Amino acid sequence: MTFPLQDLLAILPELIVIGTACLILALDPILATDKKDILAWLTLGALAMCIGLTSAHLTGHTYAFSNLVVIDSYGAFWKLLLYVVTGLTVLLSLAYLKAERLSIGEYYGFILLALAGMMVMVSGADLLTIYLGTELMSLSLYVMAGLKRTEARSLEASAKYFVLGAFSSGVLLYGISLLFGLAGSTRLSVIAEAITTQGTANPMLSLALVLLAVGFGFKLAVVPFHMWTPDVYQGAPTSVTAFMAVASKAASFGAFLRVFVEGLGGASADWSVLFTIICVATLALGNLVAIVQTSIKRMLAYSSIAHAGYALIGVVVAAGHGGEGSSSGFASVLLYIAVYSFMTLGAFALVGMLRKEGQESENIEDYAGLAKREPLAAFFMLVFLVSLAGIPPTAGFIGKFYIFMAAVNGGMTWLAVVAVIFAAISAFYYLRIVMVMYMREPEGAAASQSRLETSPALSFVLACALAGVVFLGLFPNGLWSLASHAAPLLK
Amino acid sequence: MTSFPWLTLIVFFPLIGAVLCFLVKAESSRWVALGFTIGTFLLSLPLWWLFDPSTATMQFVERASWISSPPVNYSLGMDGISFPLVLMTTFLMPFCVTVSWTAIEKRVPLFMSMLLVMETAMVGVFVALDFVLFYVFWEAMLIPMYLLIGVWGGPNRLYAAIKFFLYTLAGSLLLLVAILALYFQGGHTFDILELSRGTYGASLQMWLFLAFFAAFAVKVPMFPFHTWLPDAHVEAPTAGSVILASVLLKMGTYGFLRFTLPMLPDATVTFTKPMIALSIIAIIYGAYMALAQTDIKKLIAYSSVSHMGFVTLGIFVLNIQGIEGAVMQMVNHGITTGGLFLCVGIIYERTHSRQIQDNTGLAGPMPRYAIFLMIFALSSLGLPGTNSFVGEFLVLAGTFLWSQFATAFAALGVILAAAYMLWLMQRVVFGTPAPAHRAHLLDLNARETATLVPLIVLVFVLGIFPNPLLTRMHASVTNLLNGQKAPAFATTPPLPPLPKAAAAMAAISPSSSEQAAAR
Repeated sequence: MTFPLQDLLAILPELIVIGTACLILALDPILATDKKDILAWLTLGALAMCIGLTSAHLTGHTYAFSNLVVIDSYGAFWKLLLYVVTGLTVLLSLAYLKAERLSIGEYYGFILLALAGMMVMVSGADLLTIYLGTELMSLSLYVMAGLKRTEARSLEASAKYFVLGAFSSGVLLYGISLLFGLAGSTRLSVIAEAITTQGTANPMLSLALVLLAVGFGFKLAVVPFHMWTPDVYQGAPTSVTAFMAVASKAASFGAFLRVFVEGLGGASADWSVLFTIICVATLALGNLVAIVQTSIKRMLAYSSIAHAGYALIGVVVAAGHGGEGSSSGFASVLLYIAVYSFMTLGAFALVGMLRKEGQESENIEDYAGLAKREPLAAFFMLVFLVSLAGIPPTAGFIGKFYIFMAAVNGGMTWLAVVAVIFAAISAFYYLRIVMVMYMREPEGAAASQSRLETSPALSFVLACALAGVVFLGLFPNGLWSLASHAAPLLK
Repeated sequence: MTSFPWLTLIVFFPLIGAVLCFLVKAESSRWVALGFTIGTFLLSLPLWWLFDPSTATMQFVERASWISSPPVNYSLGMDGISFPLVLMTTFLMPFCVTVSWTAIEKRVPLFMSMLLVMETAMVGVFVALDFVLFYVFWEAMLIPMYLLIGVWGGPNRLYAAIKFFLYTLAGSLLLLVAILALYFQGGHTFDILELSRGTYGASLQMWLFLAFFAAFAVKVPMFPFHTWLPDAHVEAPTAGSVILASVLLKMGTYGFLRFTLPMLPDATVTFTKPMIALSIIAIIYGAYMALAQTDIKKLIAYSSVSHMGFVTLGIFVLNIQGIEGAVMQMVNHGITTGGLFLCVGIIYERTHSRQIQDNTGLAGPMPRYAIFLMIFALSSLGLPGTNSFVGEFLVLAGTFLWSQFATAFAALGVILAAAYMLWLMQRVVFGTPAPAHRAHLLDLNARETATLVPLIVLVFVLGIFPNPLLTRMHASVTNLLNGQKAPAFATTPPLPPLPKAAAAMAAISPSSSEQAAAR
């Protein structure tokens, strides 16, 4: 078997990421414990190279490996977002792993392997490629979720994630096999043709659609396939949670849109109904259950579920709209996930590093009086929460603005109104944290109160997230043109 | 028109101060806030002379592209309706700082910074000419206000703060959907002036009216959406109460004038009767509730509901007296109620109680304070010669043209206002001081006097010479009523002008209202 050079060049970023991952796994045993930071810098170096390479792919559309992989602006958008998010996670982990005394070199290797899986997911043109990417990502994440080996909750998270994830992969694979039986191929383009010629009345297609929706529903953590999310997000080390909540969600959206638009676009009338129901259920459950949480990690987990619901609005609206107008709907999804990434990452970064007596301050009560102890940290948290609630002039508002805009444009004003009502409800639980930080006095002795463990790397992560949230809120033009350029078109 | 960016300067100048508050020593942040609020006022002052009262077009217009797709512009401008409100806002802010000088002891830089952020957002709301930009400013003030109430408020502040926040947010989010719907129906623009020129279908107008109503009526607040107001007012620190009463409430009525009336003329006409009914209910209900209060702040809060009822009444009778009276009343209520809240804040600092029974007999130990309080109270009940008289009189005159029956009910509010205000004065100013607080009842110091005197001056100036202000808003209000949308409004006045009514009209036309007030 030979690979043509241009095919290898097309996936050069993926090769670099996997190569670096292998290098890290090889270097890990021979490096002294206090030198393991080198591995993080190595990771960042690889990411920097990838950013450069992928930026060149922002235009153009090429297939590689006999149409298994596609290199286009859509994939490039997600990859760039993933690089940035991964880079920030690595910097965050640099501080977090030390604070948790998890001096594990493999960590960075796993992050890179997960990233490689995500990159394959968003650039797969074949269901099997996408499936392989999904599995690579998931397997790495299962391990990472259980990295706190001494903590039962972390292991529970890992086991739970693995069982449900494996199950969902099976469902996904079943759906893929049905589509293969239908179209005789797992290529997205061939499936799309088959749907056009055979029509959508085939019950096998409907079953395949449902199975794929279930499979991706697990990965996207939308209701009713969200059950694993709160437990896993809470149990996993916080830097991993941040990575899962942001990067894994972004990649899943990337692959999900690719499959349903490019492959199953012909049946969009069928699946858009399905996802409309999922979307409303996600908005309702995510936002309502978040209210009663006492752990901030669980609250952010439900909030991330809810945000997937907002992004789904853009998907169903674009699917219902079809044609030229669909592009702006999908673009609003891309923009929303990008914006969501910055604010969620920022919030998780703070959650991980606000510690008392060597432990993470996980309870919302631990944040009492934070504004007095750590005014700057409280202010950062305030901005992230305000942005998550979608209040201007932050990026969260811009994200919701474009999503609602797409909904109204697509004639689904009722969905926008539903989303708006839940947005108002969501403000309640985000503001509750603000209230605790700014308006409550801490109980107990001053020594046992949580403080921010600062480090240059963490400051950099927070500054980037804050800059992202504020800058994108004030000047969204660049990101929007990037997103609308990359957005797929429903034919 | 001038090319100097007056409005950008006025909007964003306080924001510089907001950042600076954190960079200086905690003690100096008060001076920074004072300096920047006075600076902003001084920046806005030249507009009084630069403003051209003869035209209804937007003045001091600035325009730049903000978001390219969809086209959202950074466009600012000012007409006769926003002009008085901007000046009122910048005028009041320095007093919010001075009244908080010693009252706020903890986290002073944050407090001062939030006041300045509020000023930016509030002025921004009044001068924004792009609907999205308007919405950004409108929403941006929620967080600072939430913090102002929640951090520095009274014992029940957490409840009040979240209630304020959620009420307003729920209303405004519906406004956002309405803005987007308007965008797609109104020629794909967010420009307020262009949207005002468009015509929309009857059912769309109905829906949009309801969505606009949700946002604006909560803010005003109109009955039955007023329940957040007493809570927020009572718990907020003095400066917060002043901002709430004087400026935030006006944003709701400003919204009706800027958006509902010009953009949805048909729906406005359709909803006239329910709107007027709600206004009159608010006038009487607010006044009636005020009678029953034992907490001074709560009493003034309910009186605000009543006074704002006059404003919405004036707006929805849809004639020139009504609307000019409404704008006048907006400014007057800002000054008078702002003054009353400042007075309550000053006495609260001494006795640490807002209960009427704890603050009695102030005339003896605090004669200067008693006089000032009395003047604001008399202004609040609409005594001729004070500012509120002009506004309420014009509103009632406008209502008279719409329906004499409604006027009779609305006038009841004025009588009730006299009842609750004079009764309050009787208890607070006269009587014997509560012995427990006797020692704390020191008269106003220089800072407090300086806080109240400018407001007192304005009470009389606007009461005796309302014309300079009225002429500045006249062209815009006329344009609002007689613009391109004339046909819809022209059908409104149901009463043929009776000889008597005509005579009344002549007496209250802006040119002669000065004499009427002076008489």
